[in-house]
Amino acid sequence: MQVEFFIIVGAALFLLGLYTCLTRTNAIAILMGIELILNSAALNFVAFSHFRQNNISGHIMALFIIVLAAAEAVVAFAILLAIYKRFNGIDTQKTVTLKE
Amino acid sequence: MNFLEIKTVIFLAISLLTVFFGCVVAFSKNLVRSAFALLGVFAGVFGLYVLLSADFVAIIQLVIYIGGILVLILFAIMLTSKIEASSGKKFLVNKAVEPLPAIVGTLIVGALIVGAILRTRWQTFGAERFAATTSAIGNKLLREYLLPFELVSLILVLVLVGAIVLARREVK
Repeated sequence: MQVEFFIIVGAALFLLGLYTCLTRTNAIAILMGIELILNSAALNFVAFSHFRQNNISGHIMALFIIVLAAAEAVVAFAILLAIYKRFNGIDTQKTVTLKE
Repeated sequence: MNFLEIKTVIFLAISLLTVFFGCVVAFSKNLVRSAFALLGVFAGVFGLYVLLSADFVAIIQLVIYIGGILVLILFAIMLTSKIEASSGKKFLVNKAVEPLPAIVGTLIVGALIVGAILRTRWQTFGAERFAATTSAIGNKLLREYLLPFELVSLILVLVLVGAIVLARREVK
């Protein structure tokens, strides 16, 4: 159980979250990808903290990441509800209002 | 099997489960299935935090991510799925755009990240006996990290007010 194993798991989650953000058209699925990315970052911080003799700063950074992810998810879903009322759907390919 | 400790076996099992659920989130066509696979990812990360002796962060992950953010996601899915009035069908199919540029980009980024990981000489030294982290976190939060702590509480107030303003019903 070395540090590389945990960081590679974090990297795998990051890449899956990146792929989810890039290929989905549903806004909720894009936000789920962002949550995956944030989880992988917090896992990285806690892994580094564990392998440096339980330096507690990594845990505190993970806590801040979790709190800010929650705040961002709240605002994102509030915007999503407003978009749903306006466009009658949350497909991101249908919410383009730029004139040609 | 004296070269494979039980801790490594547990770590492999939890991380394989987490990555599997992450793949279901990324590649599934059904939106609700993706949301419940996201629950699996959060639970797997919770298990990894426990393996890393991060007890407080693990419980916070459970309470806030699974108990807060995931419930919020499910509520959002419930509120924004269009239900056709005539036939009662729900449009929950997750369309995806052409995935080839995303695959190429993700593989390139992945190769860079994994290459950087395997080439670094990590300077690690292991932990001693496990000590409960809660009092140490509280200590640091109120001494060195007091300013970020207060700013985060300010952000939470702003987020609450902003979300209510954004999602309220228009009063005519």
